Amino acid sequence: MISWFKHNNYPEFWKQYSKEFKQKQPKNIENTRFVVFDTETTGLDIANDRILSIGAIGIYNNIIDVYDGFEIYLKQDAFKAETVEIHGILKEGKLTKISEAEAMENFIAYLGNSVLVAHHTAFDIEMINAALKRLKLPKLKNKTIDTGILYKKLEGKKDAHFNLDVLCKEFNIPKHDRHTAAGDAFITALLFLKIISKLKKERNLHYSDLFRVSGKEGLM
Amino acid sequence: MKNTIAERIYDFLKNFPPFDVLEKDQLFKIASNVKVTYIEKDNFVFKQDENPHEYFYVVKDGAIGLYRSMDHEQILVDICDEGDIFGLRPLIQNDLYLMSAKANEESILYAVSVEILKEIIETNDKVKKFLIASFSSNIKTPYAKGTNGQLFANIEMLQTSNTSFMEIQSAEFSKKPITTLKTSTIKEAAQIMSEKRVGSILIVENRNPIGIITDKDLRSKIATGLVSIDESVTAIMSSPVKTFKQKITVAEAQIAMIKNKITHLCITKDGTNKTELIGVMSEHDIVVLHGNNPSLLIKKAYRAKDVNALKFIREKASDLLQGYIEQDIPITFISKIISEINEAITIKTIELSLEEMDKKPPVKFGWIALGSQGRKEQLLMTDQDNALVFEDVSLEKYQPTKQYFLQLSKKITEKLNVIGFEYCPADMMANNPKWCLSLTEWKNQFDTWIKSPTEDAIMMCTIFFDYDLVYGEKKLVNAMSDSIYESIKSFEIFLNFLGRNALRNPPPIGFFRQFLVENDGAHKDQFDLKSRALMPLVDAARLLTLSHNIKDKNNTVSRYKKLMKIEPKNQDLYLSCIDSFNILLQFRTQQGLKNNDSGRYVDLNNLNKFEKLKLKGCFKPIRDVQELLNIRYNLAQMM
Repeated sequence: MISWFKHNNYPEFWKQYSKEFKQKQPKNIENTRFVVFDTETTGLDIANDRILSIGAIGIYNNIIDVYDGFEIYLKQDAFKAETVEIHGILKEGKLTKISEAEAMENFIAYLGNSVLVAHHTAFDIEMINAALKRLKLPKLKNKTIDTGILYKKLEGKKDAHFNLDVLCKEFNIPKHDRHTAAGDAFITALLFLKIISKLKKERNLHYSDLFRVSGKEGLM
Repeated sequence: MKNTIAERIYDFLKNFPPFDVLEKDQLFKIASNVKVTYIEKDNFVFKQDENPHEYFYVVKDGAIGLYRSMDHEQILVDICDEGDIFGLRPLIQNDLYLMSAKANEESILYAVSVEILKEIIETNDKVKKFLIASFSSNIKTPYAKGTNGQLFANIEMLQTSNTSFMEIQSAEFSKKPITTLKTSTIKEAAQIMSEKRVGSILIVENRNPIGIITDKDLRSKIATGLVSIDESVTAIMSSPVKTFKQKITVAEAQIAMIKNKITHLCITKDGTNKTELIGVMSEHDIVVLHGNNPSLLIKKAYRAKDVNALKFIREKASDLLQGYIEQDIPITFISKIISEINEAITIKTIELSLEEMDKKPPVKFGWIALGSQGRKEQLLMTDQDNALVFEDVSLEKYQPTKQYFLQLSKKITEKLNVIGFEYCPADMMANNPKWCLSLTEWKNQFDTWIKSPTEDAIMMCTIFFDYDLVYGEKKLVNAMSDSIYESIKSFEIFLNFLGRNALRNPPPIGFFRQFLVENDGAHKDQFDLKSRALMPLVDAARLLTLSHNIKDKNNTVSRYKKLMKIEPKNQDLYLSCIDSFNILLQFRTQQGLKNNDSGRYVDLNNLNKFEKLKLKGCFKPIRDVQELLNIRYNLAQMM
């Protein structure tokens, strides 16, 4: 058992993580490190399902850096056989697996103060937050961008709502390794770059625009 | 730790040169350090004259156009699509970008760190060779200032060729070795051997060779009564066996036999005795092979008693050619050997024909090879193109003399046809009265062609100007050459006509860097390697040497070499022409051997990326030398 479980005091990595948000954050797209991530889970129930794996990749200055990648697989206590079909992650597979606590520590250290990007972020963030909660830790502090919402900021897409597969098709992104966390993170990263690029072409895109939920204000 | 993304990039890169020749861990290192960028249509990756990035680029999806700006205009030089590399040369040569790279459609690029590549170049020779070769194709100015032609495609130069002809031949071996299991008795094995008429039998276990029994074992161990014939083969087999890889050369095989005092070598899949047996090579195979070395073939040709012997030699020469091409022996070396063998065969054919004639030739004559044979660039069995010149005779003697030589020529061409040099479909052979002429007739003929350069006349010149005396009187041929230069001197505009002809085939690549293929006919959609790539280089070399009054240079490579000396300012261009010519000739020969035809037409769909790249690399010098002709002979005005 790791010691910080017992203490009210947060563990060192979390203190380090929190500190990064006290500094001044970058305010433009080029200077921001985006981390595009995806989780594969045992199901959609945030309270009872668990994270099977996390895949992520960093983007800086509009470049996806493969070296800045993250890929982990989690040990499972509760194992749901029916989800294996989609993700292909067996309970006792060949992959090296780590505990949820270790996974969160690694992931938090990897994230730092980067801006989190995911397709339909809400679910993935909630899954992470639930895991953090089990470790008696607060929620993630990072800013987040949902590529699904970002897409809606494009001209004529205001009311569109699409899953990753449909958007891959529209944006001509090959769907390799779909339904692995890392594969989906990479696909989402490409999608993110393409949407940003399109938005830039349509208008003078500001950093703050990325985080606005509504498509109406200041965008037309 | 698992790295799905890097694995995916690895899987993509491994399909394209030079990544395909990297070691697995080398490529994985590259893949896990790739940076992925997305470029919107019409955006630039880099611009001309910028400092180089730390990365070079591989196109993952989309298309990147390389542009060179000249007088405020952007000229599209190349389009890179999936798997193409660009932006590498400036990194290696610490130079500015010579071109701008702009996305012609939205593209995803993999940026690869040059530092990692540099590390790999140090240790991986194949990559180095690829890069050197690709500088000619991906980098559009192989003879730009500073490079001095050094980086031009010239893989041959990297290979030493000072080994003697025979030792580097790959050795032939029997691919269906006779085998038996170790459970067999000696008697059973001996029965198989006599049934199959072989001097050795291999003992295999799970298809791997574990031992061998030869005639000698039967003699020394069985016939002497030492071992009973009912015992297992394992009692007398020699074990373990010496195993080698398929690509063993004659020299290696010989050394192995002498060193181990054995007469048979086993060829296995990976060269060890732990893999499947695929053949056995005996001392006898080597002896047979000795009969297949070029100097011996030439000797044999001179000693040949009849046409069949010559035919056999020509076939042996084809085998030799195949072996050379497979082993990437420099093409200049190969063409030299093959032309020498062809020449020896032709000379012997002429001698045999002369013997058959009732009387000796009435006057001196010369037998002339034309076209590719005349240029000593004939590798595959192509048509025969030849002509005959005889000394001037008095009017009354002319008819019988001509008749004599026509009859002789008929014998020669018939024999050559039997040997394997097919008749020329255009009848450009010495048995055609038009091409069996006296010296004065030839002089007049050339003069007519030069002074009334119709399209036909020009075409004749391109064939007849590349002649080479094979047999007979050298003086006659020298006199012909002199008269050609005299005629040209008095009618210099002929060179412009010849120039126009040299440009009749446009550069082999279309605006969008697509290969120009045939539009119709039997070879629709195939690339005509001969007329689109080889002939433009041959034609340009001929024209340029004629304009400089160079005699005795009837071979394309030696013509360019001579031109390099005369025009030092164009040295790099001519050097790249030589390289291109050699690569193209080798390529044509490979294609010809592969498809068992003249190798002239290439189906582009059957080429891999590397081959296409290699071909494309040869086109740049073609375009440049054509441009030079265009300017020098004011051809734009004539077109």
